[in-house]
Amino acid sequence: MSARDRILAKLKANAPATAGELPDVAGWYATHRSEENSTDKARRFRHFIELAHAEVYSVSRGGWLQKLYEVLSAKQIDKLLVAPGTQHGARAQAELPPLGIACPGYDTSIEGWKAAMFNDMPASFTAARGAIAETGTLILWPTADEPRLMSLVPPVHIVLLDAAGIHNTFYEAMQTESWKDGLPTNSLLISGPSKTADIQQTLAYGAHGPKELVVLMIEENV
Amino acid sequence: MNAPQTPHALHFMPSEGFRARAKDVVENPFLRQSFRGAMDFLMSKRAAQFPDPEELESLRRLGERIRQYNLAKLPDLLIQLETNLTRNGIKVHWAETPEEANAIILGICQKHSAKLMVKGKSMVSEEIELNHAAEAAGIGALESDMGEYIVQLAHEKPSHIIMPAIHKTKEQIATLFHENVPGVEYTDNVDALIQIGRNVLRQKFLEADIGLSGVNFAVAETGTLCLVENEGNGRMCTTAPPVHIAITGIEKIVEKLEHVPPLLSLLTRSATGQNISTYFNMISSPRKPGEKDGPGEVHLVLLDNGRSQAYADEQLRKTLQCIRCGACMNHCPVYTRIGGHAYGTTYPGPIGKIISPHMLGLEATATMATASSLCGACGEVCPVKIPIPELLIRLREESFTPPHANPSMRGQGAGHNSLTSAIWRTWGAIYGSPALYRTASWLASRFRWLTPRKQAGWTSVRTPLQPAPKRLRDLIKERP
Repeated sequence: MSARDRILAKLKANAPATAGELPDVAGWYATHRSEENSTDKARRFRHFIELAHAEVYSVSRGGWLQKLYEVLSAKQIDKLLVAPGTQHGARAQAELPPLGIACPGYDTSIEGWKAAMFNDMPASFTAARGAIAETGTLILWPTADEPRLMSLVPPVHIVLLDAAGIHNTFYEAMQTESWKDGLPTNSLLISGPSKTADIQQTLAYGAHGPKELVVLMIEENV
Repeated sequence: MNAPQTPHALHFMPSEGFRARAKDVVENPFLRQSFRGAMDFLMSKRAAQFPDPEELESLRRLGERIRQYNLAKLPDLLIQLETNLTRNGIKVHWAETPEEANAIILGICQKHSAKLMVKGKSMVSEEIELNHAAEAAGIGALESDMGEYIVQLAHEKPSHIIMPAIHKTKEQIATLFHENVPGVEYTDNVDALIQIGRNVLRQKFLEADIGLSGVNFAVAETGTLCLVENEGNGRMCTTAPPVHIAITGIEKIVEKLEHVPPLLSLLTRSATGQNISTYFNMISSPRKPGEKDGPGEVHLVLLDNGRSQAYADEQLRKTLQCIRCGACMNHCPVYTRIGGHAYGTTYPGPIGKIISPHMLGLEATATMATASSLCGACGEVCPVKIPIPELLIRLREESFTPPHANPSMRGQGAGHNSLTSAIWRTWGAIYGSPALYRTASWLASRFRWLTPRKQAGWTSVRTPLQPAPKRLRDLIKERP
């Protein structure tokens, strides 16, 4: 018998006859979390992610590029990693270089340029799929066009978020979008820049991931 | 001034040293202060996250139900998880013992001629002593969680499951970095120290052949591995190297994705008082064709190591509800005073006392369950309502009752001692019979002058215990 069969046999021999009632997750959220309108959700999202040390700027649907440029200028960043296969990445790549910001695209496999990614990429720009108001959390589903390391390796990560995609809770996000029917290779919840309190409970930002997280939040009334 | 180094070099500590190690820490004011301060900090952070007692209670009830429901279906869920992970392209391995788990992991490393493995925080990898096994096989195993990196550099072990380097001061860490990281000047500025760690480890993430991680929840219905972390090193280990190996205990499974949000909320709020961790990382497959990064191979090692023994008994099974938040140790008056190293086991504190006997046998852990005042704090804060005090009493029974046939635990009766047993039997007989009790108490007050002046540990800091000259019943009789 294999280790697998022995473990399963031991467990099966001793499993309880019934698992009992199903956990009522939906019921708990229905009684303990109320739905908010979009203004309140955006406000709550912003409150919590700012508490976690992220910068948030409200922008209009057409005006985010200007804010992106201002943020980069203020931080004296002249190189931004973008995803040219996405609409927002293509727009940044078309419009930022004339303003003096180089926009290399993540268009080949990491194996060819891993050292450059780790040592020579000061900032990156991606979109978020949505967000969670309750905890101030961005939802990212990296894709072939906008790969995983973009939101992890560069020291400054700038995220474009459409406020219409903010959910009340993590539970609501996965239920309304039916996540269980098809999760991507990697899906992420990000709630601030990387941090640690491992030395004498002193909070320090920029542990291994981005030191700074900037959110450009598209709101209809801006 | 630098605090003195922790007095322990820590590998495979025998349980008979438990009392001596505990005494060392109790007598070390630096460690006492470190732990007291850290535990107070974590307790107040947790309390601030649960302002509404009704919500906390109902969420704990839901967490308990989710864990119990999933444990009841565990064998089926393991098969479902294996099927879905395999369909997604993740290779599943099974290990009954730490040796088997190490062999599987090192086998994968050798297949890839790996020289360096970077590790995200994984208590299961500590449980199997993976670093030693890797070192023996000539493979570098580097811890990348800041706290774990610090304790590895100091040749120590984690003293807390969530905050591994909680026993060290920033001055000790400054000295450690100065002496061990080439070109680093002494600094006790925490931001600077973290940047030193960041710079060293970045190069390792870039070079590593293998990334190793633990798992917080494995979702059976989708075939997804979930990881909770703040630093980003977990994401580095699971994204940057060409191969990712995850290892987990067989109990960490949930059937449905919707079981995750309540457990995640309970976990981060109970552990560090955060409403959510910085990163929640859900991995469902290796790199797909066309994707530009991520490991081409992902493996999951499912480890038993005594968990199936706990599973077999209805009461002991509750041990497996644990989601490893560490709140029980943060609130434990014993842990706060003796720290994590004194226990000598991978998992310290209340959870360590109830899980370690299944991993190591009661022979090696018989006295652990006695290191408790049964104050009940651990059970009260447990986010999934594990009745830890009840389990401690059960484990005392398993340890100290005479060995019998068909024991439910390995090493049952290991702590049994005929003299102690006889003393308690006599005590029981006296207190069970009014006539015997009257006689015994009369004799005790009459012969009180025979009481020894030295009473083992008691008299080292206290006056000796002596029966009263008059019994309560005599005093009542004398009342006018």
